Amino acid sequence: MAATGDPILKAEGIAKSFGAVRALRDARLTLHRGEIVALMGANGAGKSTFVKILTGALRHDGGEITLNGRPCRFASPAAARRAGLIPVYQEPALIPDLDVAMNLRLGGTPVEAFLARVRELGVDDLRLDDMIRALPLATLRILDIARALAAEPDVLLLDEVTAALPTDLVKRVLAAVRAEADRGRAIIYISHRFSEIADICDRATVLRDGAKVGDLAVEPGIEEEVVELMLGQKLDAATQVARAPVQAGTIGPPQLELRGLSVAGRVENVSFTLRAGEVLGVVGLEGQGQDELFDAIAGFRRPDAGQVLIDGAPVRLRDPADAIAAGITLVPGNRAEALAMIRSVRDNIALPGVARARNWGAIPMRAEAARVQAAVERLQIDTRAMGEVRRLSGGNQQKVTIGRWIAHGVRTLLLFDPTRGIDVRTKRQIYQLCRDLAAQGAAILYYTSELAEVEQACDRTIVIFGGRLVDEIPAGEADEAHLLRAAYGLTARDRETAAGAPA
Amino acid sequence: MRRFLARHYWVTGLAVLFVLMLGLTRIIQPGFGISGLESVTRAALPYAFATAAMSITIIAGGIELSVASMMAVGGTLSAVLMAKWGVAGTVPALLVVMLAGAAMGAVNGVAVVLSRVPDIVVTLAMMYVWGGVALLILNGPGGTATPWLRELILGQVPLPGLRWLPQAALVMAVVIGGIWWSLRRSKLGLSIYAIGSDQTAAFRSGVAVGPTRVAAYAIGGMLAALGGLSLTLSTGVGEPIPGPYLMASVAAAVLGGVALTGGIGGILGPVIAVFILRLARLDLTLMSVDPNVTTIVEGTIMAVVVMIGGLVALREKRR
Repeated sequence: MAATGDPILKAEGIAKSFGAVRALRDARLTLHRGEIVALMGANGAGKSTFVKILTGALRHDGGEITLNGRPCRFASPAAARRAGLIPVYQEPALIPDLDVAMNLRLGGTPVEAFLARVRELGVDDLRLDDMIRALPLATLRILDIARALAAEPDVLLLDEVTAALPTDLVKRVLAAVRAEADRGRAIIYISHRFSEIADICDRATVLRDGAKVGDLAVEPGIEEEVVELMLGQKLDAATQVARAPVQAGTIGPPQLELRGLSVAGRVENVSFTLRAGEVLGVVGLEGQGQDELFDAIAGFRRPDAGQVLIDGAPVRLRDPADAIAAGITLVPGNRAEALAMIRSVRDNIALPGVARARNWGAIPMRAEAARVQAAVERLQIDTRAMGEVRRLSGGNQQKVTIGRWIAHGVRTLLLFDPTRGIDVRTKRQIYQLCRDLAAQGAAILYYTSELAEVEQACDRTIVIFGGRLVDEIPAGEADEAHLLRAAYGLTARDRETAAGAPA
Repeated sequence: MRRFLARHYWVTGLAVLFVLMLGLTRIIQPGFGISGLESVTRAALPYAFATAAMSITIIAGGIELSVASMMAVGGTLSAVLMAKWGVAGTVPALLVVMLAGAAMGAVNGVAVVLSRVPDIVVTLAMMYVWGGVALLILNGPGGTATPWLRELILGQVPLPGLRWLPQAALVMAVVIGGIWWSLRRSKLGLSIYAIGSDQTAAFRSGVAVGPTRVAAYAIGGMLAALGGLSLTLSTGVGEPIPGPYLMASVAAAVLGGVALTGGIGGILGPVIAVFILRLARLDLTLMSVDPNVTTIVEGTIMAVVVMIGGLVALREKRR
């Protein structure tokens, strides 16, 4: 549909800083009636910050937003709603302990319009006195979308609304969204799935490093161009700069093996083998099931199907203690979850060694002190703030979370985004740490949200998309561009196309 | 009917338990009848107000540890005002007491919202603040209660067919029921359930989370002050030392089906639970159990109820 007239929503030069971090520098977006614009960007491009500003959950430091020609600055999501901009998020914003009717009343949604939308979206058996808690996720997604549509917004913002929906519902939702646009509504559509964007969007606006870098009409073959825009200069840089080649150590026998693992609808039929001495990279866009995958291997979540094998023998991981007993160690993405923040570096390093009940008695102080000292030296932890871990810098904290396991020996290490938010020098130390551990015979599973890390740290990389393992990339080919295309599920499609299957 | 039972199985079960407790009391004390019911109800009145106050703050996702202290303020303030303003000034005195209660609750709520300190800490501190205020109003039992107001909660309802029903029960139904009913019919009530159930979802649905929380505490404070007033009415004097209402109200709220994690529960269940716990206490006394043992048993019942409530809530949220 042709975009005509003045834009209904226009955001220009939006800037936002969190302390010293500039999340957004110059984000822009223009939206006309009857138009669906895809908002795209790799992890860390500032997409979610931009969305929060547009919907009133955050306030911007600079730039201007005009809605219907009037400049506006939303103080809260409620204010944005009143102005006619309604968002729908990946996690449905419905109150679990209220029934459907009460949820509608809460937001002032007209019931008749809502029910009409619900039927249009293909849910027939809804009762208004159903409790939200009792409804399946797919239905909630539909209700959330229907609620937003029933309020007749000028601008609808859909953020990953098709994630974890069954295919038939995805089709219905996409059709309904397109129909809304054709009726003259303006829609911002955020999705990791190129196929959906190709199906319904008119234009794509691409963000990189907090600024708009491209705005292009959606047409066949746009994927490559968008990926290039998302990567920017890095594409050339990656090919020019000599990269530190991965020092492949001696790869040993299989240590951790997954066979057809499925977890709570978020991970489906994932199988891979991790060998001793190997660093296996895991790459995926946000929310593709990597959290659940790591949790399941670490014993925090029980898988619905499939097997985990250690040294070729199946094991049951009912809770983290089982996983630890099987030699599996998780270093979670959030450092605060792993460390006792107000205790000393020494206590934190020593903790895994004393955690077992049979070790409760007296602590062999000298042996422990030696072990801690060795770990501190090895990790080059800044010892000026030894007394309380929370006073260490993020990078040093992360070194403690990994280093504590070195002090006690580790067989299988699961690292979940270990370099998030830490400086370059420390990052290098962490890569080296991984290599050293692998050289000692440890098997390491390494999820990272920074694709550039993969070639520096990993021997091999698997790619997860929509809960499925979609690609496996050897070290030599794991440059950022290839990984990003794989993370968007594009390489898998290439292969299908090559194999003659319909794309 | 099946749907009704499925949804209200907890309250239905409590009602059955209440009737069983009445029967048990009758077995232990064959003379227990209309007058016994009347005195139990009158004694239960302050507990019912405290429990209503506690329930609404827990449903909003918080907790109110200063409930007994606010009752003491409400009780002493009403006794002093009724003594000073006399019969003619009773109605204004009532209004002042309710406003003072709402103000106390609002102060608690604002402190919780602005400081971002956990409500359990803030209201624990406020427990001492309001306790001190009560002692400033009256440093010992004193003041008086207007006779016609006292008679309002004494005896039975003087209507044919209702002569078995204690007046105190009618007052409870009208005041607590009235406040609760209007709350459930309002958007504020919905918002209170919403913020207790899922704060992020509520925020995204456009609920003003901070003001809603303050309002919940304010209503809780008003109910607590009314509870203090009811205590003054039944004893005839204002008592500045807070009574044993904190743990009792948490236990009754949880036994009554209010989830400690917030968002779930009503008022009927907690009020029936107040009666069940009061009857349990009465039965122990009637069986001439050593009063010291009685407090141990009472404390154990409360701890077990709260623990079970916590476990149930945990399982519900995990589903």
